[in-house]
Amino acid sequence: MSTIHKSPWLLHYDGSSCNGCDIEVLACTTPVYDVERFGVINTGNPMHADIFLITGGINSQNASVVKQIYDQMPEPKVVIAVGTCACTGGIFKECYNILGGADTVIPVDIYVPGCAARPESIIDGVVKGIGLFKEKAAALEAKQKAQ
Amino acid sequence: MTVQTRIIFAICYIILAPFVIGLLDGFDRKVSARMQGRKGPSVLQPFYDLKKLFEKEFLTANKAQLFMVKSYLCFILLSGVLFFAGFDLLMVVFSLSTAAMFLVLASTSTHSPYSSQGTHRELVQMMACEPMELLVAVGFYLAMGTFKVSEIAVNSKLGVMYLPGFLVGFIFILTIKFRKSPFDISTSHHAHQEVIKGVTAEMVGKEYAYVTLAEWYENAILYGIIGLFFINSNPLSIIGVVVAILCVWFLEILIDNTSARVKWQLMLKLAWGVTIVAAGMNLFLLEMIKG
Amino acid sequence: MEMLVTALICLPFLWAILPAVLKVTKVRSFFVYLGCAIVMALSVTTAVLWFAQGSQTLDFNLPFNGVFDEIVLFGDLFLMCLITYLCFKWKKAIISLLAIVQTLFVAGLEFFATAPEETLTIHIDYLTIIMILIIGVVGSLIGIYAVGYMHGYHIHHHKELPDHRSFFLAMIFVFFGAMFGLVTAQSLIWIYFFWEITSVTSFLLIGYTHSQEAIDNSFKALWMNLLGGCGIAVAIGIGYLSLNTVNLYKIIDLAIAHHTNMLYLIPIAFLAFAALTKSAQFPFSGWLLGAMVAPTPSSALLHSATMVKAGVYMLIRISTAMADNYVGNMVALVGGFTFLAASCLAISVSDGKKVLAYSTISNLGLIVACAGAGYEETIWAAVFLVIFHAVTKSMLFQCVGAIENTTGSRDVEDMQGLISLFPKLACVLMIGIAGMFLAPFGMLISKWAALKSFIDEKSVLVSTLMVLFVCFGSATTMFYWTKWMSKILGQSGKEKSRDLTKNNEYVSMFFHAAMMVLLILGFPWLSNNVLKPLTYDMFSTVKQVISYENITIMIVLLVGVFVIPFINYLFSKNQKGKQVITYMGGANAGDNFNFVSATGDPKQMHISNFYMEDIMGEKKLFTPSLIISTVIIVVYLIMVVGGAF
Repeated sequence: MSTIHKSPWLLHYDGSSCNGCDIEVLACTTPVYDVERFGVINTGNPMHADIFLITGGINSQNASVVKQIYDQMPEPKVVIAVGTCACTGGIFKECYNILGGADTVIPVDIYVPGCAARPESIIDGVVKGIGLFKEKAAALEAKQKAQ
Repeated sequence: MTVQTRIIFAICYIILAPFVIGLLDGFDRKVSARMQGRKGPSVLQPFYDLKKLFEKEFLTANKAQLFMVKSYLCFILLSGVLFFAGFDLLMVVFSLSTAAMFLVLASTSTHSPYSSQGTHRELVQMMACEPMELLVAVGFYLAMGTFKVSEIAVNSKLGVMYLPGFLVGFIFILTIKFRKSPFDISTSHHAHQEVIKGVTAEMVGKEYAYVTLAEWYENAILYGIIGLFFINSNPLSIIGVVVAILCVWFLEILIDNTSARVKWQLMLKLAWGVTIVAAGMNLFLLEMIKG
Repeated sequence: MEMLVTALICLPFLWAILPAVLKVTKVRSFFVYLGCAIVMALSVTTAVLWFAQGSQTLDFNLPFNGVFDEIVLFGDLFLMCLITYLCFKWKKAIISLLAIVQTLFVAGLEFFATAPEETLTIHIDYLTIIMILIIGVVGSLIGIYAVGYMHGYHIHHHKELPDHRSFFLAMIFVFFGAMFGLVTAQSLIWIYFFWEITSVTSFLLIGYTHSQEAIDNSFKALWMNLLGGCGIAVAIGIGYLSLNTVNLYKIIDLAIAHHTNMLYLIPIAFLAFAALTKSAQFPFSGWLLGAMVAPTPSSALLHSATMVKAGVYMLIRISTAMADNYVGNMVALVGGFTFLAASCLAISVSDGKKVLAYSTISNLGLIVACAGAGYEETIWAAVFLVIFHAVTKSMLFQCVGAIENTTGSRDVEDMQGLISLFPKLACVLMIGIAGMFLAPFGMLISKWAALKSFIDEKSVLVSTLMVLFVCFGSATTMFYWTKWMSKILGQSGKEKSRDLTKNNEYVSMFFHAAMMVLLILGFPWLSNNVLKPLTYDMFSTVKQVISYENITIMIVLLVGVFVIPFINYLFSKNQKGKQVITYMGGANAGDNFNFVSATGDPKQMHISNFYMEDIMGEKKLFTPSLIISTVIIVVYLIMVVGGAF
């Protein structure tokens, strides 16, 4: 029985965000919301992370960076796009350098809307993401057995 | 000490140390959270984390890293067995520094800027701690006339009566050894993120799990040394040992939650300063008494 | 035995003529190889024969003893003239004063004072045999290495320099002869003569390239070593005038018998002073650091087998007369202080050879401190360290020399990922570094014994300081070796290139590596059959220095260091894992060595070690170290001399 859903460590990447969502993400770790009670740790390192939390849209500069970081995360992993910009590109969508939401470069599992997204909805997204881990872990196990 | 008791102690160490230290770590997170006005995770959280790390996919930046990390764990285990089976304390310290070398080699084998930075800070930490660790062994030799842990433990004298300075110095470097703030500069024991987890930056999944496990085993030895200060031939002294270890454990949490990270230069100066003043003075006095 | 020892001393001197006169490279190389082989064979034969004959302590005369006395006397005068000439030639006339004063003093005593009773001239015991083996085996290997190295040095790398290889190789043989003489002689007058020869030859070797830096450094070496010579001259003077003997062993016995009378301690104090200069302890470390400018074989020679070992040999010899008195305290404190200071300084330098130089000084410091404490355990540890250090350091120097010849740099920073570029060289280097500091190897055992006996040392202040020196010194030692090791084992982005190391260089290095492994494995045997009888000879007591329990732990650790990584390697070899690039904030330019810079172009990333120049730098620590150590020496010498009158 996998325990990954009990200790999801997350990596927070700030794309071309206005920083509104970033502040809300950090608010989740404060005493008021305290995501650590779910075992969540805000790591700074993709190699240790299970959840990839992206705020802000993807532009031509950071597309390769997001892709690279995603590749450096070990399976099973979940990607959560936080805020309207990360979901679709938001109000920056028509800018010359914006490619769109996070799903333009990597597969996104959970979309958390809002401008800025509320801490409650972010936590809700994370908990939904945690729910995905069970099946992802099982899929990985099956894949490893098949090899 | 008969061979059987040695073996029993060694086996107890290998089996029990991760559970005890893991649990202490779990309570550590709970107490820290309460100090910060949070609820905090379950006390079993460290075990969930460890199990998860073993289950993650294995990515590697350099194949050499995995076997170095495993060697690190093996050497820590070896030192722990030497300690709890009652062998020479000085040898335990030497063996620990050999183990640390494998950690250093593991993390620099990847040519990564963050782990390299972390490693060099780790080296500074090792340099800051090593004199005090050696001096503790020297102190016990002076007070008890032997380096052997088995003989120190059943001595009629109480170590802390003769070695208060050594105890102060040792508790000081424990903050460095436990990777707690203000000295969590090479990597930290939890959530803090200085240099992207420094030494362990490139360690993925099971590699990181091995390092965590090794750190638990190492902490068991360090708590064991604290216990050595309070144990004597009286069986009731065990209570004193447990109380002392819990006090030190709480003190470290308190320091962790009330101080901000310092630069490595200051850490080195502080650690060496405390070592020279506290342990050096105590050493000098002991020599005087001895004549 | 008489013939063998005579051959050991005379043959290298005579053989030196061959490379000096032969100018054809091939022929000369052949004779150098042959000479080295003969020297090695002679020293090994002497040792084996001596063991076979029951390892008795022997005292005897050389055949034609009188002739040797004459040679020594005129040799002294010749050396004086040579030094004076060279000093005037290079406009450093003031230094020649040192030589003139001491030589005339000693020669005057020999001519005019009443000669002390005749004594036997040669002394052979365990210590002598160990030294002969070190000089013979390690020294000859360096000789073999030198042939190949000097060829590359002149033909490939330094075409601008005049080719004095004949002279260089000849000097190496002179060195061997002088060292053999030094360790076997009983009479201080002989010892003085051989001592001066090593001073002069090292001076000539260091100044080999005739560059301004080389000249300056060689004269620095000269004056420091001559100052040491003055120490011996004073000891001879007191021997002549007050003690009526110039026999080293009698002086030692007298000092032990009259341990309350400071007069008998004075010659010991000055001999110790001389030995401190020779073994490059602070404040006399400058010359050994300067010796780096010389071609690598001569640095290897000065650092490992000869020169510095002469000083250490002298200290171990007189250590019984130094137990728990002022001289012993002086030597122990200077040694301990040097151990710490030099290892701190080694952290701040990145030149490979300089790191090695500081580590030599630091290691010698530990040996000197052990000798100064003068207990069975410490002598045991000191001799063990001497053997181990000679082999390891010689190997390391040769290896760094070979790396420099191949890659064009000896900077530690440029050795990133050496293991993937030049695996053979890197392996030799790793074995050497491991031997210098890792737990189960030589250093650990010695450190254990040293710490234990420093705690037992009688003087409270000395004891406390020594324990602190050793504890802090081990921490700093670990730092600079580990960071070097981590450099070698890293990854490298460079292309593989051709290894330019000559075969004879490899022969020498692999031989060293094999010797080191043998030494480690044979450590319990060595302890039981060589080191214990040696300490028994000196102290007449048998003591189990290190308990069987600890020997077992040591062996477990030793096996562990090789076996644990190997087993782990086998188990993880087939571990499946996806290859990823290292984390650089997502900005890697496709690999681990380049990143995307602000302009969007890939830029090379360089990883550098910590050097802590603002804490441990030479500018910050060197002068205070000189002052502190000078104060220690001056204060104790005043106490000894003042106590006598």
